[in-house]
Order: sequence, then C-alpha cells, then structure tokens
Amino acid sequence: MNKTLLIFRHEFLHMIKRKGFIILTLIVPVLALIGIGVFQLASTDEPPLVETVTIGYVDEAGGFDQYTTQGYIELVRFDTPDDATAALINGDVSEYFVIPSDYISTGVINRYTLERQLETPPAIATVIKNFLTSNLLTGKVPPDTIELVEKPLSLTVTRLTETGEVATEQGGYGNVIIPAIFGLLLALSLQAASLYMVEGLGDEKESRLIEVLLSSVSPRQLLTGKVLGLGAAGLVQVVVWLVSLPLLLNLASSTIGGFFSTIQLPANFLVLGIVYFILGYLLFAALSAGVGAISSSARDGQPLTMIYALLVFVPLWFASLLFIFPDSPIWTVLTIFPITAPIEVMLRLGVAGIAAWELAASLAVMVLSIIGVLALSVRAFRVYLLMYGKRPGIGEVLRSLRSG
Amino acid sequence: MLAVEVNHVAKSFTDKVAVDNLSFSVAQGEMFGLIGPNGAGKTTTIRMMMDILKPDSGEVTILGEKLNEATKNRLGYLPEERGLYKKLKVLDSIVYLASLKGVDRHSAAEKANELLTQTGMSASKNKKIEALSRGMGQIIQFIVTIIHDPQLLVLDEPFAGLDPVNTELLKGMLADLRNQGKAVILSTHQMNQVEELCDRILMINNGQDVLYGDLREIKARYRGNSVLLDSEGELGEIPGVTGKRTHKDYTELILDDKTTPQQVLAHLISHGMVINRFEVATPSLNEIFLKEVGKKS
Repeated sequence: MNKTLLIFRHEFLHMIKRKGFIILTLIVPVLALIGIGVFQLASTDEPPLVETVTIGYVDEAGGFDQYTTQGYIELVRFDTPDDATAALINGDVSEYFVIPSDYISTGVINRYTLERQLETPPAIATVIKNFLTSNLLTGKVPPDTIELVEKPLSLTVTRLTETGEVATEQGGYGNVIIPAIFGLLLALSLQAASLYMVEGLGDEKESRLIEVLLSSVSPRQLLTGKVLGLGAAGLVQVVVWLVSLPLLLNLASSTIGGFFSTIQLPANFLVLGIVYFILGYLLFAALSAGVGAISSSARDGQPLTMIYALLVFVPLWFASLLFIFPDSPIWTVLTIFPITAPIEVMLRLGVAGIAAWELAASLAVMVLSIIGVLALSVRAFRVYLLMYGKRPGIGEVLRSLRSG
Repeated sequence: MLAVEVNHVAKSFTDKVAVDNLSFSVAQGEMFGLIGPNGAGKTTTIRMMMDILKPDSGEVTILGEKLNEATKNRLGYLPEERGLYKKLKVLDSIVYLASLKGVDRHSAAEKANELLTQTGMSASKNKKIEALSRGMGQIIQFIVTIIHDPQLLVLDEPFAGLDPVNTELLKGMLADLRNQGKAVILSTHQMNQVEELCDRILMINNGQDVLYGDLREIKARYRGNSVLLDSEGELGEIPGVTGKRTHKDYTELILDDKTTPQQVLAHLISHGMVINRFEVATPSLNEIFLKEVGKKS
C-alpha cells in the first residue's frame, strides 16, 4: 500500500477512536432525540393551570365596562384612583390603569404599578388595547369585525420563481435554522480538528518518533497522509450529522409540529455541506500541520491555532447582520476568504442564496489555499523538524520559507 | 556495493559548524563505530545519512544510491532519543511502523510475534506502550528497527538505558545481523562497546575526522613499547627494560627501542620465572579517545 495511504489509514482510525471526536459526532443526534423525547413527555401532561391576574382600572371617560375578561386577565373597575391605589397596595390587583376623561381626544392611558419595569409587558399592553378597542367599537361594528381588528396581522408570503411558479424553497427562519446549526457544529469541529493535528504532530516531535517516521517516509507523505486522515474523519462526522438531521427533522415535525414543520433544508445544502466540510477540514488540517511544523510541542502550538480557529466563528458573530442586510458585499468577502468560507456559505444558503460565481470563486480559493498551505507546511516542517527548543519568530519563519 | 558512502559532507547551524568536510564509508557485513564526545557531530552526521537533514555540501550515498523511498525500506534507524505512540498497543505500533517500511501487515505481525518471543517480550504485545518500562520500550524500538530485515542498520546510542541482560541480548542480535551480511553503524560514546563489537571506526570531534580505519590497526598504531607482567618471585635486572611501573595486580615494563616483548618473555622463561600474565600493552580505545580528543581541544 502507498505510504501516504498507510499514514492516512492510521491517522483516520486514530482520530475516529478519540473520545472527543466520538462525543462531538454523536452529540447532535443524541441531543436532538433527547429534546424530542422531553417534549413528548411534557406534552402528554395536562396543560399547566395559568393563574388569573387581576388588573384594576378607573374609567374617568365613561363607557368602558364590557369585555373585562381578556384571556387569563381579569379587569376590575374602581371608582377613583385612590381606591385603585389602595387595592394595589393591598395586593388585590397587580396594577391598574386610568382612562382619563380626555382619552378620546388624547389617546393617553396612565398605568400604575409597584414593579420596576423597562416597559409595559407586551401581554398587558395587548390586553389593555383590546379592552379599549372592544369597548369603543361595541355596538358600532359587528363582533367579528372587532375580533379581526384585535388580531395581529396574519401575512402569508409566497415566493415565486422568475417564471411565476411557486418556488420550492420558500425562505424564512425555517430555512436558516439547519444551516445555522450546521455552521456552528462545523466551526466547533474545525476547531477540534486543528487542536488534534497540532497535538499529534507535537507528540511525535516531543517523543522524537518523528525521526523514525522520516527514516521511512518523506515529510510530504507524512503531512499529506495526516491531513487526508483528518479530512476523512471529518467526512464521517458530517455524514452522521447530515443523515441524522433530516430524519430528526421529520420526527420533530411530526411530533412537535409548529415551527419545526416550517424547517426546510435549502437546495444544494447536503452537497455543499459535505463539500465545504471536507474542504474546511483539509484547510484547517493543513494550517495546523504548518503550526505543528514550527512548534516544538503541542502546548507550544495550540495558542497559534487559536488565530484561525477563532476566525472561523466570524460569520456566526455577524449572522444577525446577515439576516438584516443579506445583500452586503461583506458577505461576498467572507464567502471567498477561505477560513470563513465554510460557515459563511452555510449561513447564506439558508438566508438568501449565493451567486454561482461566488461559489465557484470560494471553492477555487479554498482548493488553492489547501494546496498552497500544505506545500508551505511541508517546507516549514523540514526546516523546523529538529527544533525541539523555542518557537521561531514570524520573521524567521518567513525568511526560512523563502530560502528553504 | 558499499552500504554507506559519505563524501565531503558539511553542515552548519546558525551558531556553529556541526559537521566539517567529513568523508567515510561503511561496507556490507561490517560493524562500524561512529564515536566522539557529546556534541562532536555524530547525530547530525546520522541525520544527514537518513535524509532528515540536508547537508550544506557533500554527498551521501546509501546502498549505492541517493536515499529514496525504496532505499528507506532497506534501512533501519534507531534514533538517540526514542519514543513511540504512547496510546498504541505494542503489536499495533510495530506493525504500523513496519508497514511504513513496505512490509505487509500480515508478515509484519508474524515477524513481530517472532521477535517479541525472541526478546522475551511476547507477554507485553497487547499492552499499551505507555505501560512499558524504559528498557522494554527500547527493546520494542529495536524490534521496529530490524523487523523489515534492513540491509543497513544505524543505531544511535543503542545501549543507553539498557540493563546488562538486555545489553547482552542486543549485542547478540547485532552480531547475528552482522553475520547475515548486514551493515551496522553504532554511534556511541561507550568505547568498551565499540571495542567489543566494531570492525572499523570513525572518531570525530568538533565535526571533523580524528581517527578513521580498522580498529586493530588503530590500536596497534597507538601501542607503546611496554608489556604487562604478573609473575611470582623477584624480577631482578632484565636487559632492554628501561623502567618499571607497579600496578595493583601487575607490573608494566617499559622497553627500550631495540628490545621486543618476545625477547623479554624469552629472558623471563630462561630464568625460570613463574608467569601468570604476560601481555603486550595496548591502549584501550577509551585511552586513545581521551588522547586524541584532548590533543585537538
């Protein structure tokens, strides 16, 4: 068997037997199953009893005496603000509001509470508004109209294709959720892979096993085998996730329904998910091979991996901006920059899609980066192979890469 | 075909010249000693031979060609500082490293079991490397070095850290390998081991060749004109002996330039002396080493 393949096989088997790798691989389906199970257990119980909340009001304008029951909130009328204040202090009501005599002209309502709040809770504001609207409209319009006025706006959006047909992919948050989760997991997985690579090379250097290995194989064979081994382990991880995600989604959609039934996998997500996962793994493994090459031990190399292992999270930090401004050119930059590309592509697939040229540029840059970084890592590896002492400075590394 | 040919090789690091214009060769079926004090350039020389380091100038030929993947499969290297995959089992470690030398996994496992039995380590074959003692780990590394039946063995301080039993075991195995026609290079500063095992030596100091050639010839070259004698009775006057040095168990007789040890022995026998030991004094390799290294420094 080719020696690169032998190293690949060894590294792959070593990687997939690691506890950390197994936990990260299985945590997605296991946590999702636990979540669905917990929901089912909780939903079979009686719905919890909601305690009735009593709110007082003083009607100085007159005519607000109907619709005093709004869901779990009961409205109790007081003649004067003093009476209402006394009831509030006694704990008979949780708060009260005053409808001033000039309410019809000003539209102002005064609310009184013992609690310190940033703003009126939305549920209370809705109750007060509906109470006022119902009383104002009663007798003037049919009850159905009153009900319609009080209901929030219900918009059904349909996305059409350029030919006017209903698009298969309708967008919305249901479309983003899987790519976002996948992006987060990919970022964690890439971070872990970087640490594993640096740790493996550091251990081989520290134990001097590297000299035995290099009396059998070349630095290129060694590093290529390691990078591919790590990439294959990444593939196993992504396959487990991608196979389990649609199954779990179906299960969640049928048992939980609601938001889960709106979750969709964006078109090309599976294919691009696998492609970017593997490319991301290869890139991070190659970068970490370079770090391992110039570090004398695993401990020495790990802080350096943090530079790119943190950059991989950048698309997630700015995900909320992506939802608001999906057409900003910043996202194109992050899509083409190889370290942020895997996660950015996943997020954009769910939000607004990516132009074909951007995908092509992103994939080309990633492939070229992997080849380039691996070639530089091999070079650095030979130069710093026997450096068991301190790590060289950046200037020294660059000089030796040019001359090496 | 020579097992190793090193021609005018030099290597410098930022702060020092490690190897300076060094040339030597090692024949097949030869046990060759590479000796010198710490920091003399032995390990750098070996690393250049193994293609781990590139020489600044000069050329290294291994088994008749420049080191490539095929020749790498025909050499075994035991580095000075040793280590294996701590979490891997003994047998798996040996089989993996043997497979990197071109041995198929089945044959590697078979040969590994054979060597583990020969070294008395078969009970440990399913243990993790981290569970072994230092000496045991060293034996496993030696097995890794020879499992692929290499034509050339390069061993950097192979006896360091071994107990006397394992040292003898290793010596026996090395002698067998030499008898099978393998070339063995021993790099060490343990002169007694070199004296006992090697046919030829290269002594280096500060990266330069100090002594190179057949061990017996070198020792003969350093032989002084004296004999070591342990006898019973009074020695008296011996013709040609210019001085005597008394040691604990013997007396060293210094001869003049015209007298041979044989003449002294004939004189002693003719005078009826009871002789327990009569030996032409030859300096040990250690003494030659100290003399040469001292001279250079």
